[in-house]
Amino acid sequence: MELLGLYHYWVFAVLLMIGFYAVVAKRNLVKKLIGLSLFQAAVFLLYITMGKVENGTAPIFPEVGTFVFSNPLPQVLILTAIVVGISTTALGLGIVVRIKEEYGSIEEHEIQEIDKR
Amino acid sequence: MIVIFGIFLLTLLVITAIAIVRTDNLFVAVMLMGIASLLIAANFFILDAADVALTEAAVGAGISTVLFLGALALTSERERARSSNRLLSFTVVAAAALIIIYATFDKPRFGDPEAPVQTHVAPWYLEKTPEYIDIPNVVTAVLGSFRGYDTLGEVFVVFTAGIGVLFLLGGGTARGSLPQEKINEGLRHHLIPRVVGRVLIPFILLFGLYVQFHGEYGPGGGFQAGAIIAASVILFALLEGEQRALSVVPERALLGLIACGPLLYGGVGLAGIVLGGNFLDYSVLSSNPVKGQQLGILLIEAGVGISVTGVLLAIFHAFAARGR
Repeated sequence: MELLGLYHYWVFAVLLMIGFYAVVAKRNLVKKLIGLSLFQAAVFLLYITMGKVENGTAPIFPEVGTFVFSNPLPQVLILTAIVVGISTTALGLGIVVRIKEEYGSIEEHEIQEIDKR
Repeated sequence: MIVIFGIFLLTLLVITAIAIVRTDNLFVAVMLMGIASLLIAANFFILDAADVALTEAAVGAGISTVLFLGALALTSERERARSSNRLLSFTVVAAAALIIIYATFDKPRFGDPEAPVQTHVAPWYLEKTPEYIDIPNVVTAVLGSFRGYDTLGEVFVVFTAGIGVLFLLGGGTARGSLPQEKINEGLRHHLIPRVVGRVLIPFILLFGLYVQFHGEYGPGGGFQAGAIIAASVILFALLEGEQRALSVVPERALLGLIACGPLLYGGVGLAGIVLGGNFLDYSVLSSNPVKGQQLGILLIEAGVGISVTGVLLAIFHAFAARGR
């Protein structure tokens, strides 16, 4: 259990930074947005990992018996964050499509060069 | 067993993420992103977050993939340039990852019931939900009632994003590259997707409605249901062509849905004030406070479902219409 917990946090760190790498190093705007989505997913993973309780189960009261429940609060936060995330990603993609139409490119350096002219 | 499964999923996830960043074919990257979402959803399930797993599977693996593909169709599938400052970026990112990993050793033990996150307000919600609201799903209770303000805010964020996409992509001069008849056809001439899709769509719709109205008793709720229902209509649009999907759910109806959701949610909140309670206080909606809470949650979940369905479909159609 101990190892699995640390492993979750390590995967969070690695995933977060893989996403961040795509955001800073890649020049393609769609790729940047994909990186941002990965970054987001990593944060979701962190929150849900922290809400887990040992021998717990999903926080839904059963008909009979009592159980240990995992923390419902991070789940609520992330549930809404996922849907908000897709909405903002869609907005970002909309902007990228408009940039492509105006500049004819979605590569960052090409756009900057056109801007300089 | 769970430990092995968890480690397996997370390892696959990291491998997928690396492949996503390394490939220069954006189509491949988007497909891998769908796989990564599914892996994360499976992992959420192991971590007892059934509601979140459902949302991630519907939104991340389903709708997000479709939107990215829609954007790729309008831009380009290939990443032309190499990364800038690869060495510097890699060094910064690796150093940050190491610092975070170093910090993880100070975190509370995984699954520790005594960790600060478990002992603050969470026990209160778990204890009081049966008393105040009396629905089995605590996540829905917190989402709909205890933290109803936050959820209202989220609905408005979704609403704003939908309006933003419509402003960016609706109207104006689109330069479509695909011939008209090809778009209208969809996949009608491909036998297997058509047959499988026709069988699946009614069941996906039915499942969406189940998730919507059963959200108080099991995993589910407005956010998931909205995504699932939108996914079924998008599947229909992919199979039968966008025009036929628009004749089923016309654009005017979509705009109506987008507006209706937040209006219904806010209206329930205002009804609380009119009936003598506070904003978003559902207890006054019925003579029995617990019944009032349940009615309030049902209504605002419907509002959430309506607005998520409307916004996601409108965004999809905005991207699809741009290609015309």
